[in-house]
Amino acid sequence: MMYKKSISTVLYHVLAILLGVIAIVPFLWMISTSLKSSGALLVIPIEWIPKEPTLSAYKKLFALTGIVRSIGNSLVVSFGAVFVALLSSSMAAFAFSKIHFRGSGYLFMIFIASMMLPSHVIFIPLYLIMNDLHLVDTLFALILPYTFKAFAVFMLRQQMMGIPDAYLDAAAIDGASLFRSFFTIFLPLCKTALATLAIIIAMDAWNDYLMPLVLMTSTKNYTLPIILNALSGQFKTAYDLLMAGSLISVIPLLIIYITAQRYFASGFLVGGVKG
Amino acid sequence: MSIQGRRGIRVALPFLLPSLLGAALFAILPIGISLLLSITSWTGMSKVTLTDGFLRFVAEHSVGLDNFAAILSDHEFWRALSHNLYFIVLYLPSILLFSMTCALIINAQRRGAGLYRVVYYLPVLTSWVAGSLIWKWLLSPVYGPINNFLAIFGVEGPLWLQSELWAMPSIVIASIWKDMGFYAMVLLGGLKSINTEYYEAARIDGASPLQMFRRITLPLLSSVLFYVTMLSMINAFQLFPQVMVMTKDGNAGPNGATMVMVERIYKYAFRYGKMGYAASYSWILFVIIMAFTYIQKRGEKRWVSYDV
Repeated sequence: MMYKKSISTVLYHVLAILLGVIAIVPFLWMISTSLKSSGALLVIPIEWIPKEPTLSAYKKLFALTGIVRSIGNSLVVSFGAVFVALLSSSMAAFAFSKIHFRGSGYLFMIFIASMMLPSHVIFIPLYLIMNDLHLVDTLFALILPYTFKAFAVFMLRQQMMGIPDAYLDAAAIDGASLFRSFFTIFLPLCKTALATLAIIIAMDAWNDYLMPLVLMTSTKNYTLPIILNALSGQFKTAYDLLMAGSLISVIPLLIIYITAQRYFASGFLVGGVKG
Repeated sequence: MSIQGRRGIRVALPFLLPSLLGAALFAILPIGISLLLSITSWTGMSKVTLTDGFLRFVAEHSVGLDNFAAILSDHEFWRALSHNLYFIVLYLPSILLFSMTCALIINAQRRGAGLYRVVYYLPVLTSWVAGSLIWKWLLSPVYGPINNFLAIFGVEGPLWLQSELWAMPSIVIASIWKDMGFYAMVLLGGLKSINTEYYEAARIDGASPLQMFRRITLPLLSSVLFYVTMLSMINAFQLFPQVMVMTKDGNAGPNGATMVMVERIYKYAFRYGKMGYAASYSWILFVIIMAFTYIQKRGEKRWVSYDV
């Protein structure tokens, strides 16, 4: 019995570590490459660990025009997207869960149905709309569409339905307006859901490819993934540079992931569909 | 302000306004525009503004359903579709296997499970641009680690992304790496919701782990597995960034080996300026996705059990 048990333990860890290796080796290779000089890239046998680690790739990367700015752009877009999405979605969720109005059910159904709408249908007309609004090639074009995030409305509505109406009645007796009760009572009570959504949306905005590819036309407005994409066309084999850039693009999300792990767990079922 | 104060569209409207505006401008209006564009021959050359005579423009440039007919009779469309299907055939069984294994590992009450959970999720955090660049470099035929690793065993690795035969499998490998952690977490949610009493009862009856997996885990997980299958298939039809970044050189991979539908739509719209044609293309893809989803939904009853 003991013998059998230890075999299964060994098997478990062998399999688990094998999958872990698959997941993590690409990261290690990225880190290792980013610490090489460009000469060390092209040697055989390859250097798994750089023999003479150097930060030259990072120096070269930051010397390129547009890199620092693209990091700034990505930050602005991500924070902007989170702010806009959380504010508008939580307000809508409040209306759907706590205010009775005719057509509420239908409207909510339309919201949910729109989750099915894939981004590949949207991106051409979105370009035209943004063009008419004179927003093409501005960061607003990437932020504003986040005013409508159906899954966020859905998730926050679920959350708010669980909050008793008595809170509102009590606040009303104290003379608070609906807006005031919303901001001072409801939002704080939805903290966990808001944090989870913030992470999903920030990740989405930070990593997005299609929309900034279409909507940002000048280098100064590129987000980090788009400038990396452009660099990979320009310096096809300068992998020291490209890996340094990739690593920089991953680091903020790694930090968020490690510090806010518990919020990730509840968000998996809602953030699945692209677009 | 009791319930009376929370009644009526006038009270609700201020709260709904931002998302309603967003929905109108960025979801509903685009559907209408895209449908109208799909019946035009607009090439992107002539200037179009939505606010000034858009409908007149559509009427003047209308070609009826010609775009749809042209796409469906174009050999290239079927080739792109077949590449999407080829991707799905390779990707779907592997992603189910890998993500299921990851989920079972994380769910096991064993030391190290928490660490594995963190590690498996790392690729999900990566953007597709970074992930694609990493894999392009991993799969580089001469200086890449994968072929150098294979060489240790005397195996000569293929040209991967530069080979017509291996380009799509390379994309599949990278996609499995990127997605397995995500679907593992979805499956983990399903595993956690299975009542542990079932396993205890089975153990008392002397069931083997394999039997428990087949008789308890799989049936009780079937609805989540169904969701994962559907989600991954919908996403697979929209395969895009990894193809764009990994097979950037040349036209959609060696000899068009990684030409897929969204890549075509993007290129028709923004490289070749055939906006109307691209809009039609996007609706054809939409219908294909709907059809596959419907077929799967029909098949759902056969293998998903909701009651125990």
